[in-house]
Amino acid sequence: MLEVSHLCVNYRGIQALEDVCLSLRPGELAGLIGPNGAGKSSLIKAVLGLVPAQGKVWLNDAPVRRQRHRIAYVPQRSQIDWDYPITVWNVVLMALNSTNGWWRRPGKAAQKLAAEALEQVDMWALRHRPIGALSGGQQQRVFLARALAQQADLLLFDEPFTGVDKATEFILLDIFGQLRQQGKTLLVCSHEWGEALNRYDRLLLLNRRLLANDAPAAVMTLDNIRQAYGENLQPAAQTGLQIPFFC
Amino acid sequence: MDWLTLPINYEFMRHALLMGLLVGLFSPVVGCYLVVQRITLLGDVIAHAVLPGLAIANFAGFDILIGAFVSGMLSTGFIAWVKEQSRVKLDSVMALTFASFFALGVTLLTVLRNRVDLDSLLFGDILSTTPTELWRTGITGAVVLGLVLLFYRPLLFYTFDPAGAEAVGLPIRLINFGLMAGITLTIIVGMQAVGVILVISLMVGPSITAYLLVNQLHSMMALGAVIGAIASLSGIYVSYYLDLPSGPAISLVVFTFFILALLLSPSQGILSRHLSRQLKGKL
Repeated sequence: MLEVSHLCVNYRGIQALEDVCLSLRPGELAGLIGPNGAGKSSLIKAVLGLVPAQGKVWLNDAPVRRQRHRIAYVPQRSQIDWDYPITVWNVVLMALNSTNGWWRRPGKAAQKLAAEALEQVDMWALRHRPIGALSGGQQQRVFLARALAQQADLLLFDEPFTGVDKATEFILLDIFGQLRQQGKTLLVCSHEWGEALNRYDRLLLLNRRLLANDAPAAVMTLDNIRQAYGENLQPAAQTGLQIPFFC
Repeated sequence: MDWLTLPINYEFMRHALLMGLLVGLFSPVVGCYLVVQRITLLGDVIAHAVLPGLAIANFAGFDILIGAFVSGMLSTGFIAWVKEQSRVKLDSVMALTFASFFALGVTLLTVLRNRVDLDSLLFGDILSTTPTELWRTGITGAVVLGLVLLFYRPLLFYTFDPAGAEAVGLPIRLINFGLMAGITLTIIVGMQAVGVILVISLMVGPSITAYLLVNQLHSMMALGAVIGAIASLSGIYVSYYLDLPSGPAISLVVFTFFILALLLSPSQGILSRHLSRQLKGKL
């Protein structure tokens, strides 16, 4: 169970997050939405301890910073240099060293986990390819495999559906389903809109503060949307038009 | 083969060749980290920023290696601090730090009436390498190389995905400090061979030449080291026979290797791509 209480994040005097409180249960798939600059990435980074934050972030009744091995993080695609000289296999292996010392080569057990994860995302055949030679969707799957191999309890995804093909989207959703069944907690920062949001058990609507935190139908009300995105969305929402990528 | 053995008869040439070999081997290995993190300019900044430390150490009478190291590390610390505390972008802070530290160095050299030869500092003086310098270079290089081997995996993670590395709990501040220290030491050692201005070519040139030929960081380091060593040695021979300054000669050989790889690399060469397209067209 992830518990976040009274979380505040400040960047050089600008308040990125204000008094955010939420809790996510095991087996829950939560979507994190909100306009550009709403603090979605900041929330994910604060949970991971990557940015200085005030407040409490606990996982299973202990502070997150003491149990980072129980968290897996899939960064935004734009954060990675895809021309880095590294193969698929080594990307998946790189996060698996924490248990037996970082200077040692990963043992057989770690290699088995990496191999299984790559098979799960249908990338085993391409394991010797440099990551720069893959499509956007395949690259996203490699990072998903890295997160799977970590066998974490909490998985954080920063815009996993951006710039991926249908095949990858299908694999991602299938694996999200499996992870839910295994009792893992998933928090997905997303730019999706419309029907796609129904795939989440719960939506967190953020604009510096947490404006709504409930089932998708209860969150996506006109009032909430207006509060988060501003007045100009009203006509589009009223006529029922599909609003494309939002943030 | 006389041309190959003739220079070895001179002691100063033996020292120069050995120094070239050592610096040529070590510099590209560390230089690879500059390349993959896209901070190659930082190497240039550090190379110029060691000057104030050199001047003070020379004046106060302590080891110039220590002065240079502290000064170089201060410049990286200053860059990191400004980047963290303001919205000024990395390239601008680097450019300003580069110029300011260098200006401070030249000022201190003048004010403190140092007898440091600015010319040999800027362009290197590999032909006057002493056995003590050789030992120092060998030991420093071996230590840096040993640390790269020992911490290869966390360094790979950190340089590829810093946020991911921090998320799994790697001590990234310590890793970054170690990396900066390794880069600074390598630069100071390389400076003796090719000087402040050209040391960046030995760190970056062989690394990006290897980058065009192989697909993994460790292969890039190994091939970069081989290219660096060959370029250094050939540069010294070229300088001996054509009576050219040795630092620039080494840098120009490095550049020639890069151009060859850029044109002819089997996978990414401009000419090879063109030829393979033409061949496909004929078939």
